Amino acid sequence: MRSNKIEPFLYLAPALAVLVVIFGYPVYSLVILSLQRQSQGKQIFAGLTNYKLIFQDDVFIQALQHNGTLLICVPIMVVAALLLAILLFERIRGWQFYRTTLFLPYLLPITVVGLVFSYIFQFSGVLNGILNAIGLKFLALDWLGSTKLALPTLMFVIIWKEMGFGIILFLARLMSVDEELYDAAKIDGANWLQLHLNITIPQTSTVIEFFTVISIVTMLSWVFNYVYVMTSGGPGNATIVTELYIYLMAFEYRNMNLAAAVSVLLLLVMGIFIFLELYLRDRAEIGEALG
Amino acid sequence: MRRHLTLRTYLGVAVRQILVIGATLLVLFPIYFMLVSSFKTQPEYMANLWGLPHAFHLDNFTIALAGGQFFRRIVNSTILSVGSVGASMVIACLAAYPFARMNFPGKRVLFNLILSLMVIPPVVMIVPLFVSMVRWHLINTYQGTILIYTGLLLPFSIYLMTNFFQTIPHEIVEAARMDGCSTLGVFWRILLPLSTPALVTLVVVNALWVWNELLIALVFMQKDELKTLMVGISALRSRNYVDIPATMAGLTIATIPIVVVYMLGQRYFIRGMVSGAVK
Repeated sequence: MRSNKIEPFLYLAPALAVLVVIFGYPVYSLVILSLQRQSQGKQIFAGLTNYKLIFQDDVFIQALQHNGTLLICVPIMVVAALLLAILLFERIRGWQFYRTTLFLPYLLPITVVGLVFSYIFQFSGVLNGILNAIGLKFLALDWLGSTKLALPTLMFVIIWKEMGFGIILFLARLMSVDEELYDAAKIDGANWLQLHLNITIPQTSTVIEFFTVISIVTMLSWVFNYVYVMTSGGPGNATIVTELYIYLMAFEYRNMNLAAAVSVLLLLVMGIFIFLELYLRDRAEIGEALG
Repeated sequence: MRRHLTLRTYLGVAVRQILVIGATLLVLFPIYFMLVSSFKTQPEYMANLWGLPHAFHLDNFTIALAGGQFFRRIVNSTILSVGSVGASMVIACLAAYPFARMNFPGKRVLFNLILSLMVIPPVVMIVPLFVSMVRWHLINTYQGTILIYTGLLLPFSIYLMTNFFQTIPHEIVEAARMDGCSTLGVFWRILLPLSTPALVTLVVVNALWVWNELLIALVFMQKDELKTLMVGISALRSRNYVDIPATMAGLTIATIPIVVVYMLGQRYFIRGMVSGAVK
């Protein structure tokens, strides 16, 4: 190749310019903002005051706890998605229709999904209507209106929407597993459970790890839309999460400095997962799994 | 022994079907509920929450589209989607070319750095971007929001295109070079025409992402005439008086394009989603 030294950078220049404006410079100014505070209309250096202040805010602590609670969704999603992927992989009658349908929620806008579910879960909504009709009146609860139930209800909707991605990911990997492995095990008399514990899970382990990490990232930092549309953090602060806290701090309370401090912390936590994700993406050979 | 086995097999099949059908019904019910509600009158909705409508009233769709506001928001979402998908595609293809086909110092580090940006949640960038956009007078403009979306789409797009360019056989590129094709010529005449499937995947996945995006649109398109479809929809819940069937009609209109495109290009969706794992 006779490509000269600067040629690659000519092609890269537009991308690098946009990425510096949208990621590079904002990260820099985020850190600066988090170390300042507003005083008589000017930003002055404030050291780590903002970081101290947010940890004294009960609402922030609650938001962190709620993100922690959301992590319960991860094992549920991994296990259920793996089970459904295995059933589809075993060519259950109509599997192509099921695959199409089960993946559909992942593509729908969270805004639409959230709104439809908030009507379903209304106290006078269709879920309670059905429960009353089949004689389970005692189960007809105020799903989104009670402080105890709002977060679990949100978690159900998150799982409903995000699980399809896991199913598709696992199914794609299963399709590339050597069928002879299964045939050999069947001849050896392995039953269904042994077959999947000894072949499926080891063969798909890299994709399982990858989906687990992606789901953890989702629970910690990609649930804003669900919360904003369905509960706006309420009732009270029963469903506030870190993202909503940043949004409210910045645009309701107009305190950009405190919002910046929370953002920096979230970015640091995400940094760990970024490295993990990069490593697992390489190992899971996500790109090649599909051919 | 043999009868025992067949019985077990039948039982196995039944259990599996029940599990999968159960999951499918769970997935379909909210979609069914949205669809049937959008054809009901308000009294009918109250009296009959989950059954089929008596008649297919189209009034709700007329109400949802009335006043042109809904249409205005569809136009805004379309402008943002087309603008940012187009811009990010051009920029990403240019950047993927050297990553896939040239050698230069720091290539691997730079590529991994760009990849890592995929996991950064937009909420983290919202505060500094807002401050910058105010300073640059780009708040409440299509250009400013398209710029942000373009930046957010780039890491995934560069990743996808680089992977795809690498799969194009070396021999084809070499042959073109022998015939005197320039570096730019190889890109324009060889790589891009061979990349149609990847480009379709990219357009479909990115357009879906922008169309569905809420947070950026909420913060950077605040003026009423600039609001996107998703921002308009998200505001419906907090109203005191809600005409649920009319709202459902609006949601149906917002969802139909996605479902239609999905049914037509399922292959591209699935490939794109799995390879990129975009949020």
